[in-house]
Amino acid sequence: MIAITGVAIEIGQALLVLLLAPAVVGLIRWVKARLQNRRGAPVWQPYAELRKLFGKDMVVSPNASWIFHAAPFVVFGTTVVVSLLVPVLITPLPFNDVADLFALVYLLLLGTFALALGGLDPGSSFGGMGSSREMTIAALSEPAIALAILSLALAAGSTNLGEMAARTVANPSAALSPGHVLAFAALFIVMLAETGRLPVDNPATHLELTMVHEAMILEYSGRHLALVEWASWLKLTVFLVLAANLFVPWGLATSLTPGALAIAAISTLAKVAVLAVAIAILETRIAKLRLFRVPELLAVSFVLGLLAVASSFSVR
Amino acid sequence: MTSLPLLLFWVMVAAYALAAAGALAPMPRLTRSVGAAGTMLGGAAGLALACLVLWTSDSLALEAPDVLAVAGGLIFHLDRLGAVFLAIVSGVAIPVGLYGGQYTTSYDGRYSTRWMWFNTSAFLLSMSLVTGAGSAFTFALCWELMALSSFLLVIVEHDREESVRAGLWYLAMTHAGLLAILAAFFLMGAASTGGSFASLRDAAAQLPAGTKNAVFLLALAGFGSKAGVVPLHVWLPRAHPAAPSHVSALMSAAMVKLGIYGLLRVCLDLLGGGPTWWGTLVILCGAGTALTGVLYALVEDDLKRLLAYSTVENVGLILLGTGAGLLFRSLGEPAAATLAFAAALLHAVNHAAFKTTLFLGAGSIIHATGTRNMNLLGGLIKRAPWTSAVILVGALAIAALPPLNGFVSEWLLFQAFLSGVARSQASMAALLTLGVGAIALTGGLAAATFVKAFGISCLAIPRSPAAAGAHESPGLMKAGMVLAAAYCPLLAVFTIPVLSTLTGALATVGGLPAAEPSVAIGVTVKTGHSMGAMSPVVILPVLAGAIALTWMLVRLASRRPVHSGDTWGCGRIGQTPRMEYTSAAFAEPLRRVFSEMYRPTEDTAVGTTRDASPYYIQSVTYQARLHPWFQRAVYDPLIAAVEAVAGRTRRLQSGSVNAYLTYMVLALIVLLGIVIGF
Repeated sequence: MIAITGVAIEIGQALLVLLLAPAVVGLIRWVKARLQNRRGAPVWQPYAELRKLFGKDMVVSPNASWIFHAAPFVVFGTTVVVSLLVPVLITPLPFNDVADLFALVYLLLLGTFALALGGLDPGSSFGGMGSSREMTIAALSEPAIALAILSLALAAGSTNLGEMAARTVANPSAALSPGHVLAFAALFIVMLAETGRLPVDNPATHLELTMVHEAMILEYSGRHLALVEWASWLKLTVFLVLAANLFVPWGLATSLTPGALAIAAISTLAKVAVLAVAIAILETRIAKLRLFRVPELLAVSFVLGLLAVASSFSVR
Repeated sequence: MTSLPLLLFWVMVAAYALAAAGALAPMPRLTRSVGAAGTMLGGAAGLALACLVLWTSDSLALEAPDVLAVAGGLIFHLDRLGAVFLAIVSGVAIPVGLYGGQYTTSYDGRYSTRWMWFNTSAFLLSMSLVTGAGSAFTFALCWELMALSSFLLVIVEHDREESVRAGLWYLAMTHAGLLAILAAFFLMGAASTGGSFASLRDAAAQLPAGTKNAVFLLALAGFGSKAGVVPLHVWLPRAHPAAPSHVSALMSAAMVKLGIYGLLRVCLDLLGGGPTWWGTLVILCGAGTALTGVLYALVEDDLKRLLAYSTVENVGLILLGTGAGLLFRSLGEPAAATLAFAAALLHAVNHAAFKTTLFLGAGSIIHATGTRNMNLLGGLIKRAPWTSAVILVGALAIAALPPLNGFVSEWLLFQAFLSGVARSQASMAALLTLGVGAIALTGGLAAATFVKAFGISCLAIPRSPAAAGAHESPGLMKAGMVLAAAYCPLLAVFTIPVLSTLTGALATVGGLPAAEPSVAIGVTVKTGHSMGAMSPVVILPVLAGAIALTWMLVRLASRRPVHSGDTWGCGRIGQTPRMEYTSAAFAEPLRRVFSEMYRPTEDTAVGTTRDASPYYIQSVTYQARLHPWFQRAVYDPLIAAVEAVAGRTRRLQSGSVNAYLTYMVLALIVLLGIVIGF
């Protein structure tokens, strides 16, 4: 019975994240607009975009093969599976032993891999350029992610998200330990790179030559584009929830009482909102980096990861 | 009385011998059929023998002291460690045999297919016998047979200069390696009563530390040159692509693993482990090999050479696991050591599966288009859908993406390093942390490499008439490829039984405990110290379910029609292949980021109009050439030195008969002097 309730809650929280993802992006856009002295579109604008895209016909290049049609489903599917693994409201989840943080990262890489192939498939230069750059950034961010995971796992004794969150829930002061903070900084930089935010990629650009993610998905339209967009918003939200509940898991429910769940829901929403506003402020303060400066940023993240491991090791 | 293992052994030998004898058949068709059938039967018998040894208490012991008695006779003793590698060789042989029968038809009339099948059978037989060799002499004999038969396969296309040069590189490197291996065996044998592995193992305990270290370094160099350890790998990206594709699969998937086998046999089994620096050195070699391999694979335009460099990369990953195992063993952490060795062995098995898949797929591309230059390929997914699908499966597996098998062994490798960091001193932890970084970077770059390999070769518009006229491979080739590709998901789903078999094999060598990695709730891979848990058996259906559910929901929600429209070309009508991204363009950002590793020489020539106005450009020619660092640092000076010495010795050859007579008299005097002197 408990197992069924657990699975129901697991699926329920994944649905919650899925439905919330457009609002998170809407919030970032709205805050950015306000900071730039614009009125900005309402927070629920992304929902209208999805509705519009699902209601449109698709235009597909005659060069494209089944890979082009499959890629949006693969990237959406992998992101949904990843959202099943992240503790949103409760910890540990019944799915905890199925995949750990490494598996989560590689599942996201599977989505990137599929979308990169989708970008190459219609044979346009922009798609190829986007795929090439996306894979470059993905490849270079892997070592930093691995070291951040290593430092978290050293502290928690496990690479599984349940154990990592449980450790900080049990010992709230651990959230402020240097290893923890450094790992958070490393993962935050990588998150900006992985989700295509400034200063690595500009999600609002309309110049093909400066695009990374947008160039890769240039040929997508209609419901395929809706899936790809939704998946990328979901990825951002999952990363934000991950950052919030892995590094500051205060408020996360450890039992299935309604009160605890309500506190968890409110605290998670608040933390994600804070992080989203932080991203919006960051994006108005900094400019996009040249593509060949991005490796330096990722190297910084790698060094932060190294320091995090060193400090986790020394206080072990 | 014959036991079942012995019977299977003789069936295997007889089947490969039959395949070789097929070369005598009067018709080439018969040669091919007998060769393919014999290879598959031999592979099946070898696999059955390996499974029998691995899963039951049976083992194979066969001594023939009268054969070549002067060297102590032949001794075969197949234990579980050998059986793991016999399973790899035999498991690769089956799809290769299935595929090879039709693939070799394309060599008919141009090259001798009889000779090719004879050598393929000899190659497979000698590889299988290497895994069961029970004495230094038997091992060296089979090892040399393996090297020679594969050398003859590398130079099958003997009228192409590239093939012959590749063959020469291979011949030189493999014999340098053999020399180091023989020296290692002689050093060990000096203190032993005989050449059998059992007596070497007993004698090794009394060896002084210095000798042990020398044996280790010689074994690392000798077996490393076969496995493709940087910088001894130079022959590999030349020789593997030069051979026919089904033989490339054998070389890359099976033969390089025997280098790992030799290293494990000598360092772990015979010497029984060593001081800490052994493991450290192997880890450093592994990290260097993995990164160099993947970086050169990334910029390669030749599909088969890309796959060969990726073999170098995977050997690096296997060595990282092996080195971590040796290190943990010397630090007194046998449980962590078993985990690391198991990760290395599992990656060896997995790499055999996906590299066979990829080389057979590449063979089908060559069969269909006649080229392996990716800049001339493209659009194959519509013309050869099976070939493309098979390559996609191989690419996903080798890029270590879930839910396929490559991910499982990479994950296990991460876990092994993690448990090492958690339980060692600071200096070791720093090394292992950098090892984790190296594995992660290798994984990311491998993903980029195989997006390129599959995306440029199989997707978009054909870049040449040859690619536009490509066709699907015939039935048996297709069957061979699909069988190899099926290994990848199967190995992922059956990770648990495979892993427990591997740890069981490790328990018989070097006294490692078999308990790890333990198996929790039937499906989850959980390492003994609960550093992490992951279940490939659940990820596969959950992922497939999520994708299928998304597809169904989207289909329900939106049924808007699909129109066909040209690819966006900034308003330009009509798309040509020249607008597509090429293999070189795809790798360009990473090539710039890692330019220190490549040090490319680049030339850009801008041609302007006749009045030489710089604003009216007529043509831009861009040339970039890579001269690999290992070539520059190690081999160019070496070759120059050899040529200089050879040039000096040439002065002896004056052409005058009088001078030659003088040499002879001098030689005679010196010899007489030696004889009298002693």
